[in-house]
Amino acid sequence: MVEKSDVRVVRCGGSKINLRPPIISTDSRFVLCASGDSVKVYSTRTEEWLHSLQGHTNQVTGIALNPANHLQVYSCSADGTVKLWDFIDGILIKVQLVLFFLHAVDKSKICFQLVAVHLPKSAEQEVEAKELSAVSSRISPNPSCTAFGREGQYIAFARHLQLNVYFFRKQKTYSFSLKATDKKGAKNAFTCIACHPADDCIATGHEDGKIRLWRNFIHTKEYTYSTQHWHHNAVNTLCFTPEGTNLLSGGIESVLVQWQYGAGNRKEFLPRLGGSILHVSTSSDGQLFCTSHSDNKITVIESSFKVCGVIQGLVKDAVFTDLMIDPRSKALVLNGKPGHLQFYSLLRDKHLYNLDIVQQEYIYEAGLDQFEVVKAAFDIKGYWLATVEERGQKSSDLEFVLKLWAYDERTQSFVLNTTITAAHTDRIISMCFSSSEETTMLVTTAEDGQFKAWCQGADADTQQDQSFWSCDFVGSYHNLTPTNCSFSADSSLLAVSFQEVITIWSPDTWELLTTLCQPPGVVRDLCFGQLSCSKYLIATTTRNLLCCWNLLTCALEWSTSVEVSKLQPDPLSENVAAFSYQSKHTDLFVFKPNEPRPLFTHKNVCSEKIHRAVFVPREELLNNCDESSQWLNRSQLYFLTQNMVFHNFTCVSLVQLVIDDSIAVTPFYLLLGKHRQQQQKLNTPSHPAADKPQQPQGSVTITELLHTPAHVLPAASVLCSMFVSSLLISNTGVREMESSEQEMNSEKEEEHSEEEMEACDSQQELRAQGSVDEVTPKLSKAQERELKRVRKTDFSWMAGLIDSKP
Amino acid sequence: MASFKPTKVQFLPKLGEKVTEETLYWKNYKSPVQIKEFGAITKIDFSPLPPHNYAVTASTRIHIYGPHSQEPIRSFTRFRDTAYGGRFRGDGKLLVAGSEEGLIRLFDISGRVALRQFKGHSKAVHMTSFLSDGFRVVSGSDDLSCRVWDVPSAVELSSLTEHTDYIRALAPSKLNPDLFVTGSYDHTVKVFDMRSGSSVMTMQHGHPVECVLLYPSEALLVSTGGRYVKVWDLLKGGQELVSLKNHHKTVTCACLSSVGNKLLTGSLDRHVKVYNSSYKVVHNFDCDASILSMAIAPDDEALAVGMTNGVLSVRHRRHQKDKEMLTSRRRRGPSYQVFVKGKNFVPRQDDFLVSKPVKQYLRKYDKQLKSFEVSKALDTALQTWTRTSKPDVTVVVIIELNRRGTLKNALAGRNEESLTKILNFLLKHIFDPRFSRPLLMVGDIVLDLYQQVFHQSPVVERLLQRLMEVLGREAELQQELLQVLGILDTLFTSLTPRKEALAAPPVAQESQLQAA
Repeated sequence: MVEKSDVRVVRCGGSKINLRPPIISTDSRFVLCASGDSVKVYSTRTEEWLHSLQGHTNQVTGIALNPANHLQVYSCSADGTVKLWDFIDGILIKVQLVLFFLHAVDKSKICFQLVAVHLPKSAEQEVEAKELSAVSSRISPNPSCTAFGREGQYIAFARHLQLNVYFFRKQKTYSFSLKATDKKGAKNAFTCIACHPADDCIATGHEDGKIRLWRNFIHTKEYTYSTQHWHHNAVNTLCFTPEGTNLLSGGIESVLVQWQYGAGNRKEFLPRLGGSILHVSTSSDGQLFCTSHSDNKITVIESSFKVCGVIQGLVKDAVFTDLMIDPRSKALVLNGKPGHLQFYSLLRDKHLYNLDIVQQEYIYEAGLDQFEVVKAAFDIKGYWLATVEERGQKSSDLEFVLKLWAYDERTQSFVLNTTITAAHTDRIISMCFSSSEETTMLVTTAEDGQFKAWCQGADADTQQDQSFWSCDFVGSYHNLTPTNCSFSADSSLLAVSFQEVITIWSPDTWELLTTLCQPPGVVRDLCFGQLSCSKYLIATTTRNLLCCWNLLTCALEWSTSVEVSKLQPDPLSENVAAFSYQSKHTDLFVFKPNEPRPLFTHKNVCSEKIHRAVFVPREELLNNCDESSQWLNRSQLYFLTQNMVFHNFTCVSLVQLVIDDSIAVTPFYLLLGKHRQQQQKLNTPSHPAADKPQQPQGSVTITELLHTPAHVLPAASVLCSMFVSSLLISNTGVREMESSEQEMNSEKEEEHSEEEMEACDSQQELRAQGSVDEVTPKLSKAQERELKRVRKTDFSWMAGLIDSKP
Repeated sequence: MASFKPTKVQFLPKLGEKVTEETLYWKNYKSPVQIKEFGAITKIDFSPLPPHNYAVTASTRIHIYGPHSQEPIRSFTRFRDTAYGGRFRGDGKLLVAGSEEGLIRLFDISGRVALRQFKGHSKAVHMTSFLSDGFRVVSGSDDLSCRVWDVPSAVELSSLTEHTDYIRALAPSKLNPDLFVTGSYDHTVKVFDMRSGSSVMTMQHGHPVECVLLYPSEALLVSTGGRYVKVWDLLKGGQELVSLKNHHKTVTCACLSSVGNKLLTGSLDRHVKVYNSSYKVVHNFDCDASILSMAIAPDDEALAVGMTNGVLSVRHRRHQKDKEMLTSRRRRGPSYQVFVKGKNFVPRQDDFLVSKPVKQYLRKYDKQLKSFEVSKALDTALQTWTRTSKPDVTVVVIIELNRRGTLKNALAGRNEESLTKILNFLLKHIFDPRFSRPLLMVGDIVLDLYQQVFHQSPVVERLLQRLMEVLGREAELQQELLQVLGILDTLFTSLTPRKEALAAPPVAQESQLQAA
């Protein structure tokens, strides 16, 4: 193996899945949604992420099912292409280069143009669409303000107070406009549009929550509309069911409303879906609805108004807390849904669960000041979690609650232990747990000029098992406002910074040991060195100074002038990462506190200021010898940019993999071994067939089979017969011959079908496979099974074959 | 779809009293049974044998009650004058009692007539007791003497006249038949040894001693007198261990619980106090009249208290069984006949169980909050029962309304009656530190909303006047408290010695770090 290391920034995880309305496939088995520069395919039943269609080089701005083939989907992207995909297997079928985009947004121009793109029919892979006809040059940037009418006869689009209907046949635009406001203070601006699939009716949503149903718009003068009003705020989305019997609407209230079409005010509600509704879509048979929410979530709803699936991405509303790592699950913890903390697995890029901190009903109302988790901290073992929730911007009506959560082994989650309503008289600025193993202690600093130490109360009178937290010590220093607090690695020292002064306290006796000061500039960040560098204290100030004190001598060891926006120590090594923001780009320095020389520098990490970063311990240690990447051996550095995308420093290794043919004989391999051989033959016909694997003892196979996790095993129906036959006493001879003959037969069939498939268009794959069955009706059951299995396999290699053809 | 989260009523701890295991233990007594006697009850004594009958000495009689009877099962009435200090022997078969005329009588429990009469005291005998061998009786009298009598022959064995005032307290040792402790109005407690025939230890209580008590180990001695309860360590030669001053009138009686030897004291101030092993008061029983005597049954099954007005109040222990019976009766669901369908259905192994969806039960105000009926929710929270017995619920609803930004809407448009309700609630609770913040906000909003129309209703106007007065007073009080706090702070800072913070620490710190 040849290895070459290189450290670079990788964008990882937490992509947005609620940008555009999700699509449900015709058979209701899949949900597709645009996510970053790829299209993600989820299963509606299991809510699992199946695969993603990757190939676009920029943000995917729209997806639509191919009306001609329900297994294909069009996607358009800001890179100027429309692509056609087979979403079940994830194969790219066609690429069309388009200069402008249908339903897409051209950001280079100030005004948004709506253009019709005629997609030329051709069998070629890459097609350049040249026939463009501008429909309108002024449309709203919001794609939900555009909708196709009945059977594609017209297209309706709205902008501000004007509704336009363009008839393709007549090539004419009718426009209708509303007044901006009327006497009752209504806000009439359009927010979304939906067209009835069978009737000449356009439904429009407005900023004040009204829904208008427009009829008779073929004539400019004699149009009519009716108004319905339930939403108290802007209607975000409207959608007719495929038969047109119902109209679905959603807004900030997070209530999905189903209006009966033509039945006046009769409606049904599905409240508390979580996050305001951004898009609603329905499956083509009308059995499933799909809503996407502002908290990066897709909800799958049955037509009986029952939620049957939730696909949750990383919630990316405002993040107030620091990025933290749950010491138990190694999951990333940050603000989730309003009033929740979310646990997110960075390894699998999967949302694990939400922990309800505030435990209050969330009111979906714009401009309402609600409790939000602003601070959180874990202790070193992950047994305690401290959270601060806050409400009220002004200090006069500030309300905040400090809560302490204990980990419950039985339920495997955090349980509320203590609620402290008036922990301080003013806002809590920072808090940290002591890092010692024996006694846990929490220190909070607040704007009221005090820092408080909280301990688990050992109340002699209450001889109960439960222990609650109570205040142990209140400290202050010259009435200055404390900003940061930090415990040393062994918890024998507590450092609290009071503006320009850093005070060092002994948590055992609460004695002020010493003060350190390096004016000018207020201390912004503070941390102790870890492991062998535990005698150092590092601080950054607002006046672009990074200082390191030696606590043994109480003297400044070194200091350098650098503007540091975030200082993050690695708990598993001596390294400290500093993000510095200078002249509009961020640089990263990694250094050890004992020497003022950086270990690693990475210029121009990104263009935004970075305030949140975290070291995530690795599952398994790397052993890179390269000096520049050694600091990533024990843990990885993740950071969050201001537009809420996770980035990761990874050590990219260019590894030339020597593909090894001698794969270990597992039961799985035994069972599917035959099929593998076939595939190999198909791929490389010249390659000599590998030897048949040795049949091991039945009992070993069984035990291995039983020890293999269920989810990697093939379906039980596939396994069963083979499993049973493996238990039988093998009768070699004639039967072996027979089976080999059968194999030969099936191979022939395979080759035959392959030729067929190459001949026909890839769209007709399925039919081609169907024809195989028709051609060979005499196949035995075993052969049929083989065939089925072949059919289920990935045909991505076909794409390769097609590509290679001139 | 997440379900509605009901508003959470926060448990806010009250300052002061703490709920501990011990308070729970002592709270677990039923309400007292009152039995009227003929005069002040001077002595109660439980029989050491089960079923633990108890002898009550009051006026000229001694009644013996069974553990649960309200009528005496036996009474000794052959006293010519007031009887004193009826006590059982260790086997519960004999009873000895003194009397006003100086005569000591010995009764058989099953008989009526006195078996023996000990004559010799010239004044009233307030205390009598058997020594632990059971063959001798010791008595303390107002004639300043303490005499020991032989039961079989009814003769006086010895007479001790060391006290200089009435002897009103007596406690024989259970471990040594020759030892007993006496307490007298001459402020002393003396330990007598019959073998030497004189006192071996004298302790100064400082007040007339009303009662003495020996711990089962007999290393500790309790004496009560005046407002003080004192505990003496006999093994250290009678050193005072602790002096308790929790009553504000004379402490007349004391006894020890059999579970954990907790000390109970009764006093003329009508309280029985229970101390824990570190002599802190953990519980308090209130009585109607001054307490003269008190006794607790073995296993703490019953606490009998005798009072000056002749009322005997007996508290029985509540058992877990009784509680369960009560709750099980209450929790019985619909009748069996109606809901018998499917009760005895046992699912088979491969049946797929579909559980019934659990219905979420919400309180009335939660239901109204769920449907955004804010005024109605506030009305519900302000109902008389909730308002008076659970003010925290009312306040929680107010806080919730404020969080939703609809408190003003909920308070608006009210008539005189409901406004009076709100103002009364404010008057009662605005100074409760748990509630004052949200209630002040309510007051502000009410003033804003109804400024124009206050003068139309004299009732509301009067309430507002009162609110203003009360608030003014409170503000003054707070200011004074702050001043006092300031004074105290300066005192404390001047008291604490100044430390040179910077001189010594680095060295200590070094060693710490090196250790790490």
